[in-house]
Amino acid sequence: MTEFFPPLDLNDTFWAPWATPKDFAWNAQIVGMGIMVSLSCGLIGAFIVARKLALMGDAISHGILPGLAIAFISTQSKALFPMFIGACGAGLLCSFCIEWLHKKTPLKMDAALGLTFTSFFALGVLLIAQMGNNAHIDAECLLYGEIGFTPLAESIYWGSIEIGSRPLLSIGIVTLVIILIITVFYKQLMVTSFDQTLSVSLGLSVRTIHYGLMLLLAITIVASFESVGVILVIAMLIFPSTTASFFFTRMPAILFCSVPLSIFYSFGGFFLARWLDCSIAGSMVVVAIICFGLAWLFGTENGILINLFFRKKTILNHSN
Amino acid sequence: MEAAQVNDEVNLISKTVRFFSFSDYSVQVVVMGVIFMGVGCGLMGGFVVTRKLSLFGDTLSHAVLPGVAVGFLWSQSKNSISIIVGAMIAGFLGVFLISLLKKTTKVSLDSALGLVLSGFYAVGICLLTRIQKMEFGNQSGIDRYLFGQITGLSTQDVWAMGISCILIVLITTIFYKELLVTGFDHGFARSIGLPVDLLQYFLWMLLAFSVITSLQVVGVILVSALLIIPAATASIITQKMKNLLLWSALLGMVAGIIGSYLSFLGSRLPTGPLIVLTSTLLFILALFFHPENGLLFKWLRLRGKERKIALENTLKAVYQELEWNNFSKDTVRLGNLAKRRRVSMPEMHLEAIHLVKKDFAFLLPFKDQALPSENTLSLTPSGWGEACRIVRNHRLWELYLTNEVQYAADHVHEDAEKIEHVLGDETVRKIERILSNPRTDPHGKLIPSQQDIEKGYIDKMIAKNLP
Repeated sequence: MTEFFPPLDLNDTFWAPWATPKDFAWNAQIVGMGIMVSLSCGLIGAFIVARKLALMGDAISHGILPGLAIAFISTQSKALFPMFIGACGAGLLCSFCIEWLHKKTPLKMDAALGLTFTSFFALGVLLIAQMGNNAHIDAECLLYGEIGFTPLAESIYWGSIEIGSRPLLSIGIVTLVIILIITVFYKQLMVTSFDQTLSVSLGLSVRTIHYGLMLLLAITIVASFESVGVILVIAMLIFPSTTASFFFTRMPAILFCSVPLSIFYSFGGFFLARWLDCSIAGSMVVVAIICFGLAWLFGTENGILINLFFRKKTILNHSN
Repeated sequence: MEAAQVNDEVNLISKTVRFFSFSDYSVQVVVMGVIFMGVGCGLMGGFVVTRKLSLFGDTLSHAVLPGVAVGFLWSQSKNSISIIVGAMIAGFLGVFLISLLKKTTKVSLDSALGLVLSGFYAVGICLLTRIQKMEFGNQSGIDRYLFGQITGLSTQDVWAMGISCILIVLITTIFYKELLVTGFDHGFARSIGLPVDLLQYFLWMLLAFSVITSLQVVGVILVSALLIIPAATASIITQKMKNLLLWSALLGMVAGIIGSYLSFLGSRLPTGPLIVLTSTLLFILALFFHPENGLLFKWLRLRGKERKIALENTLKAVYQELEWNNFSKDTVRLGNLAKRRRVSMPEMHLEAIHLVKKDFAFLLPFKDQALPSENTLSLTPSGWGEACRIVRNHRLWELYLTNEVQYAADHVHEDAEKIEHVLGDETVRKIERILSNPRTDPHGKLIPSQQDIEKGYIDKMIAKNLP
């Protein structure tokens, strides 16, 4: 067991990655990628959790696999645009199938969800296996990704100026789009998330906004899957907002909380992975779990300790 | 080219023979494995799906991953027992955390499931990537737990699967009644003194057994498909729990055999996804083509009913058109009918042809030379009888509602529009008796009687003399 935890070399873990300009540029890209993925997921996730769609996120993130595979087979490249189209198509189809099965057949929601996404995923794995070894995407990569390879991806040039590596650029654009959409449609998102009757009476289409959110989710997953994997996306959808909800109850506060949280997750995960020499994406989630555990214990809203004190007080009051 | 094709065909046949003759050792292992897995997961799935716990199964299968890794780390080899123990502990820890989150926080159930699922899985990934960097890690091939690899199945694994399958079958038959009651009516089960929580944990344990032993064949993600899909298919085929469990086990087994056969045919065909897709295909077949509950047959039945109603409405319109003329003519113009039914002329023509086919009417060319394309319609005796029957149902019901149930006369039409198509002969006779064989409805129109139907026409004089 001792072999599992290597001795913690402070200098090597915390200082060495930033010592030379070359290392700095390399590792900054990795951490930046992590921050942007967790930020964009955290922002959408707040709404997804509020709508009790957490597992829909899980389902769609698995369900896009056949879309990615088909896009890859038909274009023979990992070009961003066909991948986007494929993934969004498959994601929306998956979400549509779930709703159809739920409404038109005697199946319950959970069974419809489980049935659809596993079937989609199986189809995706089968398609990818058809491509054999010349495929540069594989199902394992989709599942747990390798954020450490971010700086290795080809750079995109605009004219002769290097803008940055492809995954970093695409997640950057997606993050901006998400922030923009949330600020513009904030009211609509809030109303449809919390009061469907009111939103119908205001003339908002709940369905359109639901599918819009699913589309945003699919886009985020495409932009982040090859570097961080689906599981990190699902974790980042749920962890930031549930962690924040132990301290805040208002939506704007929860949304803003995802900024410091995602920065902390990324740095924490990066250092943890450097120490243990394991998957960076996985370590980010481990840090998220630790944060969640601490919030669960010490949170001011329904934290375990607060609840214990509070309960004792009420019991005393009763006995008096 | 042709030679290659012939070669392929021979290859296909020889492979099929090889697969179904069970002579190969590897085929024997695989087939035994998928049969045990299909039956075990199918049975457990039946309980899971009817308890609306499908996603618990999914979460459990992800949650066992760190346990697999720790079990591997513990024994430093691919020792089945330590891996199974580790996986069991991790699975239970996951389930326990979900219920703890539900009890102590406001986090909703789906978020709690998502937290445990992704959290445990990520810890598992961390451990696995760490193990692969360690000295003894390379020999592990432990990532096959993610996607499954049936070729790696050893005799020992098949034994483990067989034992867990037999255990599941035995326990579900012995405790069938108890599991049934706790699944559908918690309060009742508690009141008759059943240990509900204990049984629940018992079920979790069995579920964990079947999930863990199947991991090596289909992997973490697809194992929940084996739980959900056969049971969902069975729930479409039957409503009885006992039949559902039997069907579910059978479907799981069939999907396993077909899937592994298909994957045997080629080199790039992974077994797990093929088993799942076969399952999905069976589900789609049942969903659409099951004789009683299949969507296709339901749709056909619905369409049949819709057509019958349309036909009856047309006949009623013919009757009303005849009545409009005080029964002085025995033909009606299609144009007038179309106006009355509020449909277009071509649609009306189709309806008329439909009537002719059913032998309810015949079409005649219109005598007026100014409108050569328009036809007139005349009812046959059976058409006349049917038309009278519908109108009689409608008007009797209106009268019944106004006289016996005290509805206002202007509120009864809508209801009668619906009921006229479903009233049976006996009910009509009863209503007639209650209302003592009336002749006029609340709007002062004639209610055609049995004699009118038999006579085949209504006297002009009676029609005129009505108030």
